[in-house]
Amino acid sequence: MAALIRWALFLGAVALAAGWWITRPERVDAAALAGLTPDLALGERTFVAAGCASCHVAPETSGGDGQPVLSGGQRFASEFGTFIAPNISSHPEHGIGAWSDEEIVTAVMKGVSPGGAHYYPAFPYTAYAKAAPAEILSLAAYLRTLPASDVPSLPHEVGFPFNIRRSVGGWKWLFTDEGWAVEGDLSPDAAAGRYLAEALGHCGECHTPRNPLGGLDISRWLQGAPNPSGRGRIPGIDPGSLTWSEADIAYYLETGFTPDFDTAGGSMVAVIDKTAQLTPDDRAAIAAYLKAVPPKVE
Amino acid sequence: MQRITLSAVTVGLCIAVAAGGYADSHSATDPAVKARHGHMQLYAFNLGVLGAMAKGEMEFDADRATAAAANLHAVARLDETGYWPEGTSSDAMEGSRALPAIWEKMDDFEAKQQGLIEAAATMEGAAGSLDGIRANIGAVGGACGACHKPYRQSDD
Ligand code: HEC
Ligand code: HEC
Repeated sequence: MAALIRWALFLGAVALAAGWWITRPERVDAAALAGLTPDLALGERTFVAAGCASCHVAPETSGGDGQPVLSGGQRFASEFGTFIAPNISSHPEHGIGAWSDEEIVTAVMKGVSPGGAHYYPAFPYTAYAKAAPAEILSLAAYLRTLPASDVPSLPHEVGFPFNIRRSVGGWKWLFTDEGWAVEGDLSPDAAAGRYLAEALGHCGECHTPRNPLGGLDISRWLQGAPNPSGRGRIPGIDPGSLTWSEADIAYYLETGFTPDFDTAGGSMVAVIDKTAQLTPDDRAAIAAYLKAVPPKVE
Repeated sequence: MQRITLSAVTVGLCIAVAAGGYADSHSATDPAVKARHGHMQLYAFNLGVLGAMAKGEMEFDADRATAAAANLHAVARLDETGYWPEGTSSDAMEGSRALPAIWEKMDDFEAKQQGLIEAAATMEGAAGSLDGIRANIGAVGGACGACHKPYRQSDD
């Protein structure tokens, strides 16, 4: 009997240790970053392609003209509660002006705060984890050139148990996959598009349906999803759902016009603000990638 | 004068055609919702001319382009009294994608309409050249998007 209890205690401790290990916050390797040189122009392009401003500018500002002020405040409703984008301007106290390169890159690619807490996946770091560290390092340098704002970040409106950040570690363990969602041999164009769409543009965050735990269902990649706003749906953009030509897709990403000259609406408008600033080659690459996605079969 | 009559006739014809087409493909039966859809279809029809020229899919023709831009401007200025009765939001009925936010922020909604009127006026002045179309079509699309972003429900 005593032996049995000892075994149970031992197994319990192993489970706890495993849980503790699974949920531990990971950081990027500071030494690996030290060998890289930031490039501001690359950082700006990464910032645009990754759509950081879409979520981090103040509500009801477009961030269109001039330098974006990343003061935060936009609200993101989900089944788990409402998340509020924080201030990530260059302000040393209210923003991230005092953060080191390693701290910024760890936040963006690992979803871990300087203090070692997990961020919620409303911040799409599971996509950014696939990016090249040199680009995110350059992005960090670019962020420091943007204006400071002293608007304080607001706490999220999330109830128990989702307010326990450690539990996000388990979520990450289940759903962070640094491999590509679309695998196999892609043309050079489609491969460039995959990087822009999967690692930076995080198209899957809106266009891919989620499982009950809020993880993306990779087997239905880009096949359309309920709108997190609770009204309507986000359309599928896999080749089974979207039959537009590559040229039409690229034109939509430039101007918002569909082939029959309807115009984009909803949360896609902010995405097109960004893709419009990419090069024609980049937009063509994203279009080539969308054609390489496994099509939805009815 | 003749231009005005002509565009008025085109507008009338297009409304008839577009409303007919829409009635087939959409479930909306409320007359105001049908009128809204027809109105949007008119934008798309005339933008289609300008857009196809901008994309190089249709040969540039200054008269055709200017007429399309004049129509766009004329449609944008139509008086919308009666277009937005209570109870015709996406929450209230099938076939409507008009978000309830429209009724909460009618002033802003009308300001967005004004934005399209201005963009269409500029396009009307510029559509005599292909470069003029190319330089202004983005602003027209931007004006459409500015309203579709907060006020139109996304759907499959
Ligand atoms: C889809 C919306 C969205 C996008 C896009 C987005 N973020 Fe965020 N971001 C958030 C949310 C929500 C949080 C809060 C996460 C939390 O507190 O757990 C956050 C948190 C952060 C933080 C931590 C701030 C702090 O005070 O701890 C940083 C840094 C950050 N984001 C930078 C970026 C950068 C850089 C990009 C672009 C590469 C980006 N974000 C793109 C929504 C977004
Ligand atoms: C923040 C959420 C979000 C993100 C991120 C996003 N989209 Fe969208 N997308 C939407 C919504 C919403 C629509 C529907 C637009 C409308 O209501 O007119 C849409 C529509 C589209 C359409 C048109 C589909 C159709 O049938 O009309 C394409 C193409 C598209 N998105 C491509 C992309 C690509 C490529 C990316 C990544 C670079 C992306 N989207 C990222 C929300 C998003």
